[in-house]
Amino acid sequence: MSSPDLSKFAATSGTSGTPRIVFEDVEKRFGKNVVLNGLGFEVAKGERVTLIGPSGSGKTTILRLLMTLEELSGGYIYVDGEPLTHKKADNGKRTALRPKEVALIRRRIGMVFQQFNLFPNMSVIENIIEAPVHVLGQSKEEARSKAQSLLDQVGLGDRGDEHPTRLSGGQQQRVAIARALAMEPEILLLDEVTSALDPELVGDVLGVLRDVANTTDITMLLVTHEMQFARDVSHRVMMFDEGHIIEESAPDAMFSNPQHERTKKFLQAIL
Amino acid sequence: MAELFTVPAGVISTVQANWQQLLGGLKITVELSVFGGALAFVIAVVLGLAAMTRFAVLRMISRIIVEFFRGTSLVVQLFFLVFVTPVVFGWGSHPLVFAFVALGLNYGAYGSEVVRGALTAVPKEQWECTTALSMPWVTKIRRIIWPQAWALMLPGLNSLMVMLVKGTAIALFIGLLDLTSVSDNLQKQGAERFTVYGISFVLYYLLAMAFSAFLRRIEVRAQRRLGLKPTKTDTNRATAGALA
Ligand SMILES: Nc1ncnc2c1ncn2[C@@H]1O[C@H](COP(=O)(O)OP(=O)(O)OP(=O)(O)O)[C@@H](O)[C@H]1O
Ligand SMILES: [Mg+2]
Repeated sequence: MSSPDLSKFAATSGTSGTPRIVFEDVEKRFGKNVVLNGLGFEVAKGERVTLIGPSGSGKTTILRLLMTLEELSGGYIYVDGEPLTHKKADNGKRTALRPKEVALIRRRIGMVFQQFNLFPNMSVIENIIEAPVHVLGQSKEEARSKAQSLLDQVGLGDRGDEHPTRLSGGQQQRVAIARALAMEPEILLLDEVTSALDPELVGDVLGVLRDVANTTDITMLLVTHEMQFARDVSHRVMMFDEGHIIEESAPDAMFSNPQHERTKKFLQAIL
Repeated sequence: MAELFTVPAGVISTVQANWQQLLGGLKITVELSVFGGALAFVIAVVLGLAAMTRFAVLRMISRIIVEFFRGTSLVVQLFFLVFVTPVVFGWGSHPLVFAFVALGLNYGAYGSEVVRGALTAVPKEQWECTTALSMPWVTKIRRIIWPQAWALMLPGLNSLMVMLVKGTAIALFIGLLDLTSVSDNLQKQGAERFTVYGISFVLYYLLAMAFSAFLRRIEVRAQRRLGLKPTKTDTNRATAGALA
């Protein structure tokens, strides 16, 4: 993968031709461990991309970098053409953005984690309205009615007043999805959101995500081991190994006719 | 049998002769406990939160204050306040105020470690979720992290409060007539020692237990709010961690 040429949208930031996400020459180190090095890719608006690859290949790291949960060691990430955490100054120097600037762009991104991480000090519906009220400045009534329709959408319309721990894992994860959606993100990051669930609970969560995929144009980056789901919802699959994209294609091609030897092995092992 | 009756008789007469003074001492001790504890709590929260900000200067200031007040003797701190600050800075005040400031600073420094420990003990994933929801620092602390840390810090704060109640006896050093001074004076005036100190023991114990039970109730409520079953009282473990 070569780094994308950013000059073409430098002046047209935010227009429809601009990729939603650009990774440019991204580097991520943990101490001496170089996890990502010279990574570049683009994701178009409304595109849904699945990241696959063996354990430790860097999939989670990529999502966490986008969510600003990890610090970028080198390179740039752009959202709608705007730098997320670091920008190239006029003199070409790489400079970190101020926390306030980062916060502004970060609002366009939402994430659902493997462990649902609902807030235990609040009821289900309070979990959902918390950020819309305190970050987006919505009125409580507005946030509540939106949260209620989100809860209806994920099939938990009657559970809003309950404490999160009274819900099953699958239900909690659906609340977590609703909570992320309540922030009206342009980008949704999903990191193995069904991996912590009992098998019989996976279907409902995937059903909700299929619904989101079919009814919105939210750009999605997903890491999943559910290959049928990946096949159904994603436009593109990227296969990672040791921090590099070794193969990418439409899901059908990737799963039925992988080119790279490593991809074949990986898919054999998990299918 | 006669033995058993003579002791209570002595106790009763000692109490009858001195209850007003003992009550006065208890009043001072309660005041020191309540105001000292309240000030210590405020200081603990401020220093504990300062230790968690992304501003290195604030973290350092908090660290220095905590190390100073933990690392030096409470009695010396009190003497410094009472005998040095009026001369050097011209701050004169009632000894009671000095005692409660000294208690507040000293126990506040210990308490800030409990507060910081509790904030750190809130799972990393909860902090990350607040970032994923783009919450500003104040919002994430106030709305998400604090309510969870609150339940975690109460056992540690509880045992510090018990220590503070007993620690109010430093008032003796600066001539305040608290429970310890009163007992001491009565004993010097010839009151029966066993009884005077025995009463003092019991009053301190009851006072400490009253504060402890009150804080324990708050803790149980905080845990219920998080959907947790109240844990067994285990204040020692939490404090041991905080004071280490
Ligand atoms: N906080 C961290 N500190 C140190 N090393 C880390 C940290 N997080 C990840 N790594 C390392 O980065 C590499 C990539 O990890 P990452 O979690 O991104 O992989 P992954 O593709 O998501 O794997 P999996 O499929 O197991 O979830 C691994 O070698 C991992 O050990
Ligand atoms: Mg991972």
